[in-house]
Amino acid sequence: MAENILEVRHLKKWFKIGNPAIKKVGVSYLHACDDVSFDIRKGEIFGIIGESGSGKSTIGKCVLNLQSSDSGEIIFDGQDIFGYSQKKMKPLRKDMQMVFQNPLASFNPKKRLGKTFAEYGKFLGMTDEHYQNRIKELLKYIKLSDDVLSRLPKELSGGQLQRLAIARALMSEPKFVLADEPVSALDVSVQAQILNLMIDLKENLGQTMLFISHDLNVVRHLCDRVAVVYLGVIVEMGPIDEVYSNVMHPYTQALISAKPKEHPLQQKEQIILKGDIPTAIDVPEGCRFASRCSRYKHGLCDHRTPKLRDMGNGHFVACHYPKGHNSDEED
Amino acid sequence: MAKRSKVGKFFTPKTVISGIVILIAIAAAIGANVIVPYDPNEVDPRSCFLPAFSKGHILGTDKLGRDLLSRLIMGAKSSMLNAFLIVAFEVVIGVPIGLICGYYDGKIDAVIMRIWDVVCSIPSLLLSFILIAIFGRGNFTGVMSIGIAFIPLTAKMARSLIITEKKAVYVEACKSMGYSDMKIIFFHILPNVITTMIAQFTMDIGAAIVAMATLSYLGLGIQPPDADWGTLLENGMQNFYNNYVLLAAPAIVIMLVTVAVNIFSDGIQEYIDPSQRKLPTFKQYEKRLIHIQRRQKAAI
Repeated sequence: MAENILEVRHLKKWFKIGNPAIKKVGVSYLHACDDVSFDIRKGEIFGIIGESGSGKSTIGKCVLNLQSSDSGEIIFDGQDIFGYSQKKMKPLRKDMQMVFQNPLASFNPKKRLGKTFAEYGKFLGMTDEHYQNRIKELLKYIKLSDDVLSRLPKELSGGQLQRLAIARALMSEPKFVLADEPVSALDVSVQAQILNLMIDLKENLGQTMLFISHDLNVVRHLCDRVAVVYLGVIVEMGPIDEVYSNVMHPYTQALISAKPKEHPLQQKEQIILKGDIPTAIDVPEGCRFASRCSRYKHGLCDHRTPKLRDMGNGHFVACHYPKGHNSDEED
Repeated sequence: MAKRSKVGKFFTPKTVISGIVILIAIAAAIGANVIVPYDPNEVDPRSCFLPAFSKGHILGTDKLGRDLLSRLIMGAKSSMLNAFLIVAFEVVIGVPIGLICGYYDGKIDAVIMRIWDVVCSIPSLLLSFILIAIFGRGNFTGVMSIGIAFIPLTAKMARSLIITEKKAVYVEACKSMGYSDMKIIFFHILPNVITTMIAQFTMDIGAAIVAMATLSYLGLGIQPPDADWGTLLENGMQNFYNNYVLLAAPAIVIMLVTVAVNIFSDGIQEYIDPSQRKLPTFKQYEKRLIHIQRRQKAAI
């Protein structure tokens, strides 16, 4: 088994809502991420899927310490970085980079791209010659010519900018890259370019990545392992083929069944979930998915929070009645 | 960020006309020592209260026989210089305070902003009086006191701008690259918000001219025998019945320059944010349409 580059243990982040000064109103918490644990191995792409509002971006930001987390352990490269101040994070920043969802917004709109890159090169302590070589190498890699460097961000297309954003993330040769929905703002033809670039990164450079997305197909195409997030908790986690072919959690089942048919004549049963994703403010005891679950059992599901259980083959599920493992289950 | 679909034209009649007035005032201020026809402080008892357009003195003289035009030009020097100093003072101190407060919202922000709230609640002129009472009267104290009275508003503006700007993704990208906070604030966010502030600073120059003239009018600003527009106004008030030009000339100059500055800042605002421009009326649209149609016909 390859070495773990990142280990996240019992990560918790609750956002305070309401003003603590007004005692009468009281304080409630938005449970953006609750007891989240996962490992990322060297050289793999780990995917996080979830619907909007499920806390997947929060997990990403907490992992990079861009957002302070409440408790837990974030062991990056053998070092627990939980609670590190920005100053303490500084030497680690060059090892962990981020690619953002909106490529246009992730560059300073007033700076020409060359200046943005040169500034970063200088910040990393590169000599001029080293920087020139590095930028040439990166531009060749992302298949753009040097004249993009004399442009302003708004003069380029989303796909070009996203490739430049990836190049910027790779400038420092990081050990770990967090890609927060890097393709969801792009149209499909451009998405393919970016995804192929990422696969290329993994295969040729051995780049480790955490890939956050809501697109099942994209994740399947790209990732080695995947975690499904629902309301701030991981409900299912495992190798990509295992999770997609041997679905155990009812939420993942519904999610995968919602994928459009690949062929119009294909027979496909779609599980339609009742209701909306419940609010993450002051979630009650028990399974978070209980209110929408088809396998809901009174007494257990609404009282005990299911723990992530190993079901073999590195497949983890947080459910009291995972598919194919309990005798008293309907389907 | 939305792309700016249409960048406003900078040279509109508004900005050109007001710009010319401002340029004349600035030129007079810079070249004051060279272009004054007489020494502005030279007393000539033989020619007191000469009316306007008399020989050698275009705007006449005051009760000590000093040439009014020379004094106005010399007054432009101190008035304009003081106004720019005040604005520079508020920019250099107010903007960084506002940016830092807005960036680190929390205890620092709460404390400093409450202090500014207190400062804001005292009328700015009264605040100037208090500061002058503490530090003594004089040109420099006057500039300082008005500058301090102006700081809270600038700081608040900078703060409100950075509060929205710091949520931008590029700021987060800067953080994820490990840039220091100061670098992010002053080299990344400031260039993006300064354009919005420039219009306000231009407007503040007008306000500073008026505020400084007020202080000098009350005898708290520049000290005699030197003069700025405020002291000239005060002299004019005293000798209004002997020579009305003594009052009218500085009043008109102050009014012209401040109005020009305000219109100019309005023009800048429109240049930065074209959506604020007034829409043309229906008749103007019609005229343009006819003009375009004619051109098209001519082209065919």
